Amino acid sequence: MSLLPLVGFTGPSIDWWALLPQVILLGAALLILLVSALAPQRTSTSFATATTVCASVIACIVAFGLWNDIKNEGPSASIASALAVDGFSIFFTMLVLIALTITALLAHSYLGREGIDPPEFHALLLCSAAGAIVMASANDLIVIFLGLEALSIGLYVMIAMHARRPEARESAMKYFVLGAFSSAFLLYGIALTYGSTGSTNLIHIRDYLNAVVFRDEHLLMAAMALLLVGFSFKVAAAPFHFWAPDVYQGAPSPVTGWMASIAKAAGFAALLRIFFAAFANYDADWSPIVAVLAVLTLLVGAVMAILQSDVKRMLAFSSVSHAGYVLVAVQSASASGTSAALFYLFTYTFMVLGSFAIVGAMGTDGEHPLDRYAGLGRSRPVLAMTFTILLLAQAGVPLTSGFVGKFQVIAAAVEDRGYVLAAVAMLSAVISAFMYLRIVMAMYVADDEVEGPSPTLHWTVSIVLIGVTGFTLLIGIVPQFLIEFAEDAVPVLIRG
Amino acid sequence: MIELLSAQSGPAFPVLNAIIIVPALGALVVVLLPNSRPEMMRPIGAIFSSIAGAMSLYVMAQFSGHDPGFQFESIQSWIPALGINWHVGVDGISLWLVVLTGLITPIVLLGVDPHHNPKPYTAWLLLLQAGSFGAFLSLDLFLFFVMFEIVLVPMYMLIGGWGYDDRRYAATKFFLYTMAGSALMLVAIISVATLSAGDQGITFNVIELAQRQALSTNTARWCFLAFALAFVIKVPIVPVHTWLPDAHTQAPTAGSVVLAAVMLKLGTYGLLRFGLYLFPEASVWSAPTLATLGVIGVVYGAVVATMQKDLKRLVAYSSVAHMGFIVLGIFAFTTQSLEGGVLQMVNHGLSTGALFLLVGMLYERRKTRAIEELSGIQSAAPIFAGFFTIVMLSSIGVPGLNGFVGEFLILIGSYDTRRWWTIIAATGVILAALYLLWAYQRVFHGEPTPADEATPDLTLKEGLILAPFVVGIVFLGVYPKPVLDRIEPAVNGLIAHIENHSDYERPNPADPVVVDHNQSSKDDH
Repeated sequence: MSLLPLVGFTGPSIDWWALLPQVILLGAALLILLVSALAPQRTSTSFATATTVCASVIACIVAFGLWNDIKNEGPSASIASALAVDGFSIFFTMLVLIALTITALLAHSYLGREGIDPPEFHALLLCSAAGAIVMASANDLIVIFLGLEALSIGLYVMIAMHARRPEARESAMKYFVLGAFSSAFLLYGIALTYGSTGSTNLIHIRDYLNAVVFRDEHLLMAAMALLLVGFSFKVAAAPFHFWAPDVYQGAPSPVTGWMASIAKAAGFAALLRIFFAAFANYDADWSPIVAVLAVLTLLVGAVMAILQSDVKRMLAFSSVSHAGYVLVAVQSASASGTSAALFYLFTYTFMVLGSFAIVGAMGTDGEHPLDRYAGLGRSRPVLAMTFTILLLAQAGVPLTSGFVGKFQVIAAAVEDRGYVLAAVAMLSAVISAFMYLRIVMAMYVADDEVEGPSPTLHWTVSIVLIGVTGFTLLIGIVPQFLIEFAEDAVPVLIRG
Repeated sequence: MIELLSAQSGPAFPVLNAIIIVPALGALVVVLLPNSRPEMMRPIGAIFSSIAGAMSLYVMAQFSGHDPGFQFESIQSWIPALGINWHVGVDGISLWLVVLTGLITPIVLLGVDPHHNPKPYTAWLLLLQAGSFGAFLSLDLFLFFVMFEIVLVPMYMLIGGWGYDDRRYAATKFFLYTMAGSALMLVAIISVATLSAGDQGITFNVIELAQRQALSTNTARWCFLAFALAFVIKVPIVPVHTWLPDAHTQAPTAGSVVLAAVMLKLGTYGLLRFGLYLFPEASVWSAPTLATLGVIGVVYGAVVATMQKDLKRLVAYSSVAHMGFIVLGIFAFTTQSLEGGVLQMVNHGLSTGALFLLVGMLYERRKTRAIEELSGIQSAAPIFAGFFTIVMLSSIGVPGLNGFVGEFLILIGSYDTRRWWTIIAATGVILAALYLLWAYQRVFHGEPTPADEATPDLTLKEGLILAPFVVGIVFLGVYPKPVLDRIEPAVNGLIAHIENHSDYERPNPADPVVVDHNQSSKDDH
């Protein structure tokens, strides 16, 4: 093979500044791996945690700078339009970085308590986070796929990290098989999209779809359907949610939180960018399908959740139900619906990370029976109140961020005249509320002889819980700035 | 974030905001108090609660009796991105409910001992007071919904934390029933705001939305139904009343009192403020159905109350009957019936609240509420029996006490527009005498057993707790004019609003010419 063709090759100009958050995360991952490989003794988890948190904070500052740039100069695309630098990508970058910090802190306590301290965990977490950011900023179907794989591969290993627990390995295997399966759907969808539009770049796809009227739309319809199925697997939307409860239950709680928040959020980010931005002209075709998925997801999640007796499984099904709310917002195919989805994902991330932090603190073995929480209100009133606030927020009780999120989702559906969908969403909230109330009641109403558990909270867990609960209440009372942030983050496709 | 946009009419000091914020602040203070001083919790909570109560009395004193509109209005921008304001105001309809909330909460806070965990108990009661104030005062649909839902949490916690044996079931049922009702109301709230937006922009301002009346008849009816569902569950109206007996019976005494006196009123108040005011046409359209349900509630509640073996359950079912009267009054659309309805809300708060207090005191003494296990209490506890008699007679509606005034106004006002409904509802008064007197007879008369004879009489403290209720009962029964004078302009304004926006016209027996005139003008077309 001759080198000649490469002589005249000039790569696309790369805006390193825009890539800096991802680069920082990957650099930190490399640093952790290098130090652990070269250091004479085994490096401590503290080092990995500190590096992760520092990297996350620095990346957050950079993302904030990028946000100001976008405000002043408008959105842009870099690397031959493969990555977008817009409000949407910064919104998700911020979200991923916050969740990364929280998960790193929770993992610190988890790894320490379980006596397994591989530094690889944090390195994988950083890679996974970088993948999520790439996925949310990608402007090209292939890049979305790359981001997705980076996100998932890290997750497969993180789930199985606790090698002594068979259910963790089983869970990782399940997630791996179904993840590969759904990736195949996605790839198929990408291939068919390429076949019908001649490009994998979202801007080209949009322009092509704007300019061309198909005589035969079947190929494009099949592409959209396969992409939807693929993403439905990733965000655990019914009827593609079957892996979620088992995987969530078997995985270590910090990883479960990461899966339920960021794996879901990144999936929705890619879904929104592809469907809302690139397939915008075809919303009459995909919006009803998403609406059906939304109804199924809401009801299956809510009904299955109340049938569980294991707290972790309850929360797993409730996270399915929450994906239904985001889908309700997505199906409205409007700017207000998209900003509602973003707001919902942002606030939900805090609630779900906090909830799984408490679940993790209550016990690490495979089972999480409801009885374990009996009397927590008496033995640890502050912890019980924290959990109550997080659960009520997920139930959508006012003065919590969960209510403002639900309000916006319902408003988006109603503006789109989706009254029935809005009613179904609210009724499923009532069904789910029963499940959240069961947990609350278990904590507060116990027989007098029940001692009540008193788990020891690592200081990192306490910090996380104070943070997420404070945020949940703060956004519930003064949501204006986050609403504006979400409105500014509605995706726009810009040519680089 | 929240900035003062305008302080419209009223004094510079936003007293209504303070009424809502002070108890909430009190809850925060109580939570931050050290655990080592459990005896301090309730007095400190009562101070905050009383400050709010005093402010509600100040509002009552400063309230202008001739103004049918909203007074002490205060608007602050809250979530501008969604067109949501912190907007509060008071009129003749909400004024007395605010005063009732302001007075009853400190009384039960001081008067009823929770026996354990006084700190969260006090904090929840204060939050309940703040939320109830907020619900009665808010003039923004979003704010109202927030307050309407948030009061569920403290009540749920009070039932769950300090209730009786079956509290887990009762608390969950209470929460889910109310939440199910309000779920569709949220959809309707957003629909009303979105569909009324037009060129003027989205608003959740109740006054603005009521003036616009931008919804088509059919849409307005659907939205009204969603609102009405939320409120009839809260009232509660048969057949969605089943949460109430459980919640009342399992709740601690303070919870029962506040539930009966304040929270049930959210339902009837909501029907008046958001049903009739926002959807006048749909209210008139649905009035026969709702009035029928109200009357069914009157008779059904009374019949079921007669059959009860548990004294507290009996009082709970009597609540269903009394609230049915109020619903009938509301959907009769005459000045007297609405006045009577508003007054009866206050009356019911006083008499049923006091009955729950008395039953609670009896339970403290005897550890039972079963009617058949009690007998001849009168001889052992004559003062207790005396208080019980006065309150019971007020609940029955004996002339000279407050219950009579309210029920009489409702019946006389409804007779013009809903004759047969009124006639059936009137039997409820007789049935009330039946079940209450019969229960009284079994519990207080008869041969006392040794346990009954050992029942201690009312203490001075308990007497002081009950005294305000009895004073209110007698005062409203003898001289209700100052209260009615302040209710009337608002009620008349509301009826005029309904007349403007629907084909309803209030009957005017004094001036039958009006009817003829209409008849002839219709013939001309």
